Amino acid sequence: MPAPDQSRELKFRDPARARALAEALRRTLDAVGRELTVMHVCGSHEQAIARFGLRTLIPQGLRLLMGPGCPVCVTDAPEVDLALSLAREGVHLCTYGDMLRLPGTSRSLSDAKAEGARVEVVYSVSQALELAERRPDEDVCFFASGFETTAVATAAAALGTPPKNFSVLSVHKYVPAAMEVVAAARERRIDGYLAAGHAAIITGFALFEPFAKRTKSPVAVAGFEPLDILAALLKVTELVRDQRPEVANVYPRCVTREGNGPAQRALWQVFLARGGRWRGLGEVPGGNLELTPAFAHLDARRRFGLPTSAGREEGREAEATGCLCGPIMLGLASPSDCPLFGKTCLPESPVGACMVSSEGQCRIWHTYGGPPDLREVG
Amino acid sequence: MCLGVPGKVVAIDGLSATVDFFGVKRELRLDIVDEPVLVGDYVLNHVGFAIRRIPPGEAEETLALFDELLHGTRSPDDLMAADVRGEIAAGREKD
Amino acid sequence: MGTSRSPPERIALKDGAGGRAMRRLIEEAFLPLASEVEGVGLSALDDGAALRVGDRFLVLTTDSHVVLPAFFPGGDIGRLAVCGTVNDLAVMGATEPLGLTLAVILEEGFPRADLLRIVDSIRTAAGEAGAPVVTGDTKVMGKGQLDGIVLNTAGVGLCDRVVTDSGLRPGDVLLLTGTVGDHGMAVMACRHDLRLEGDLASDVAPVNGLIREALRAGGEDVVAMKDPTRGGVAGVLNELAKKGGVGIVVDEPALPVRDEVRAAAELVGIDPLLVANEGKAVLGVRARAAERVLAALRAHPLGARAARVGRAVAERPGTVILDTGFGRRILAEPEGELLPRIC
Repeated sequence: MPAPDQSRELKFRDPARARALAEALRRTLDAVGRELTVMHVCGSHEQAIARFGLRTLIPQGLRLLMGPGCPVCVTDAPEVDLALSLAREGVHLCTYGDMLRLPGTSRSLSDAKAEGARVEVVYSVSQALELAERRPDEDVCFFASGFETTAVATAAAALGTPPKNFSVLSVHKYVPAAMEVVAAARERRIDGYLAAGHAAIITGFALFEPFAKRTKSPVAVAGFEPLDILAALLKVTELVRDQRPEVANVYPRCVTREGNGPAQRALWQVFLARGGRWRGLGEVPGGNLELTPAFAHLDARRRFGLPTSAGREEGREAEATGCLCGPIMLGLASPSDCPLFGKTCLPESPVGACMVSSEGQCRIWHTYGGPPDLREVG
Repeated sequence: MCLGVPGKVVAIDGLSATVDFFGVKRELRLDIVDEPVLVGDYVLNHVGFAIRRIPPGEAEETLALFDELLHGTRSPDDLMAADVRGEIAAGREKD
Repeated sequence: MGTSRSPPERIALKDGAGGRAMRRLIEEAFLPLASEVEGVGLSALDDGAALRVGDRFLVLTTDSHVVLPAFFPGGDIGRLAVCGTVNDLAVMGATEPLGLTLAVILEEGFPRADLLRIVDSIRTAAGEAGAPVVTGDTKVMGKGQLDGIVLNTAGVGLCDRVVTDSGLRPGDVLLLTGTVGDHGMAVMACRHDLRLEGDLASDVAPVNGLIREALRAGGEDVVAMKDPTRGGVAGVLNELAKKGGVGIVVDEPALPVRDEVRAAAELVGIDPLLVANEGKAVLGVRARAAERVLAALRAHPLGARAARVGRAVAERPGTVILDTGFGRRILAEPEGELLPRIC
C-alpha cells in the first residue's frame, strides 16, 4: 500500500486513466478524419514516451515525432573541442554526465579523461563551485551544457560571486529558436506541437502564442508523466480538429503564462541569445546562449583565449558518411530511415550525435526498440 | 531535456532546502524559485535547483483537468462516453 | 567514433562494464581460446564452467573485483568478491562451495587497517556461505600502478545437475528472488557524489542457500539461472532470451523495487533494471513448478520479496519486451557505463 505522498505521483501513472485518454484521443482523431503529425522538442518527452511504451497505446494515425530536443545531440563538435583544449591545458573540467561521451571532431571528454585529463562528472553546478572553493590554486571550468532550463542554474551560480579560479564555458542552447527552424523546414507539415513543460516553467507559455498563430499549428505545453503526455496529445488533437492554432497549458501545476520571473531575469542578466550552429541543424538564429559582457570575467573563452571561429568541417563530414541526424532532428526522417542506424551506428560506436546522448532519438529508439508492433506479442 | 522530479520540502536553511523524493532526500538550492518556499511545500528539482513550487492541491486539480478533457470530447455516441467514465470510476475505486 | 565496426585500437572502459561492448570483446578476443570439454566450457560463456568428473560435475568460476569505492553502504570489495563467486557457482547448480581462492593485489600505500577490514568482511561472508577460503596469493604494486586494491576469487563446487542459462522454453516463468537495483544505485550514489540521503545500501549477500531451497522445491523444473550483476536484470534477461531462443515478456508493475532505489533512480534518470545486483538471482522455471519454487524462495530470509516477473514466449526470440502497464517496449541490455543524466 503506497504512502499517501507517493500515491499522488502514482495517480499520474494510472493505467486506467491512460487507456481512457488514449480512447478519447482515438475518437478525436477520427473526427479530424486524417493522419496527423505532432512534434515534441524534448529528449525527456521522448524518454517518457519510449520508456512507458506510449507509442503502442496511441492511435496509429497519430505520428508522434521528436524534434531537436536533445541538448547534447545539438552541441557542435567544435564546441566539445574547446572543452578538450582546456582539459589538455590542465584545467579541471566539470561536466554533466550526458556530455561526457559526446564526440568532438575526433575525441570526447571521456577519451580525454581516460588519458589522464581532469574531467569530472557533476550532478549540479554547485558541485563545480565547491570544487573551485576547495582548490583555489586550480583553474576549474564548468562546461555548461543544456537548454534554457539548465542555463538558469548556471546563471544562479554566476550571480552568486563565484571564486576567481572558477569559469564557465557556455554551450547552452535556446529551444524556441530551434522550433522556428523546424517550422520553416517546409518539406513536412507539423500539425501540432508539444512544448517542453520544464523549459516552460522558466519561460512561461505566452511566448508560444505568436509561433502558433504564425505556423497555424496549435501548441500544448506538456508535463512528463504518461498521463500528462496523453492529455496534451488529446488537447492538441482537439485544437487541430477545431482549427484553433492556440497554445494550451496542459501542465498547469508547474507552468504559468508568464513563467518564473526571477529565473528569467537571472537568465537574461547572465546570458544573451546569439545565432550559432547546432549540430545537425545548421545555423539557428538566436539559438546559442553566450555570457553577457557583464559576465565576461567568468567566460572561459575569454580567460583562456579560445578560438572564436570554429571549424565547419565536421558538418560536411557527417553528411558524407550518410548520417541522418540533421533530418532526424528536424522530424523529417526517423532513425529507422537512416542506413547506418543499428548497423554501423550503435551506442558503442556512434556516428552521429543522436546516438551518443541518452536523450538522442536514435539512442532512445535503439534502447527501447522504436515503435515496433508489440501489441500481438505474448 | 529537463529531467525534473517533484519532492517535498522537509527542512530549510537559508537558500538551501532538504527535499524528500519519496525514498531519498537531497539538498536543493532555492535561488531561482519564484515564490517563497516553506517546509511542507512541494518543489520541482532540476540539476540541484528548485525551479518551481508546486501549489498544494495540484494533484487533484490536474486530475480534474484530465477528466474535463475526457468529458469535453463531444462524442456522438453516448454509450462510448459512459464506457470511458466507467473506466475512470473503476480506476478511482482502486485508489 | 568511426564509420566502420572494426574494433578500436585501445580498450575502453565500457569494455568491462558488462554490456554489449564487453560481450563483443569477449567474443572477439577470448572466445577463440575455447575448446571442447565434457560439460559446460568457455564457449557457453555461462556464469562458470562445469566439468564432468565421474558421474558428477565440478563447477568452477573466477571473478576479479575492482569496485570503486572499496567501501560502500552495505558492504565492501571483500564481501563483494566472496558473494560474487559463491553466487556464480550457485546459479550453475553448485550451492555447496568446496572452497574459494583469494588473490590480492595491493597498491603501495594502501592502509593496512582497510585491508584488515576487508579481510574481516571476507571471513564473515565466507562463513555465511559455508565456503572456506583455502588458498591465495599476494602482490603489491607501486603507488599509482593500480587503484587501491584488486581482488580475484575463484570457487569450486560439485553438483549432480548443471543449470545453464540456455534452458528457457516458451511458457516458462521467470522469477526474481528480490528487489532490483539496490547495489548499483548505492554505488552510483557514492561514486558520483550524488548527495542523496536515504537508506541506499548494497544487497551484497551469498544466495547459495536461497537457491538450494529453490532447487529442492523445483528440481529439474528449474531450467535456467543467472545472477544479475554488472548489466543488471536487463542484461541477464537478454542473455537468457538469446541463449534460449525465446522472447521474454516482463511485467514491469510486478518487479519488486525498494522506494529508495526507485526514488534515487528517478532523480538521475537511470533505470534500476540496468544496474548491478549482488544478492539476487533470476530463475527460469517450468510453469507447473513456479508457485512451488516461489513459495520456497519467499520462505527464506533473502527471498522475502521474490516475485514472478515475466514469462518466456515463442515470438520475437532473443528479445526482451517490457509491459509497462501503459504500453510495451523493448528492454535492451545496457551499453557501457551508466552515468547520471540531467535531461
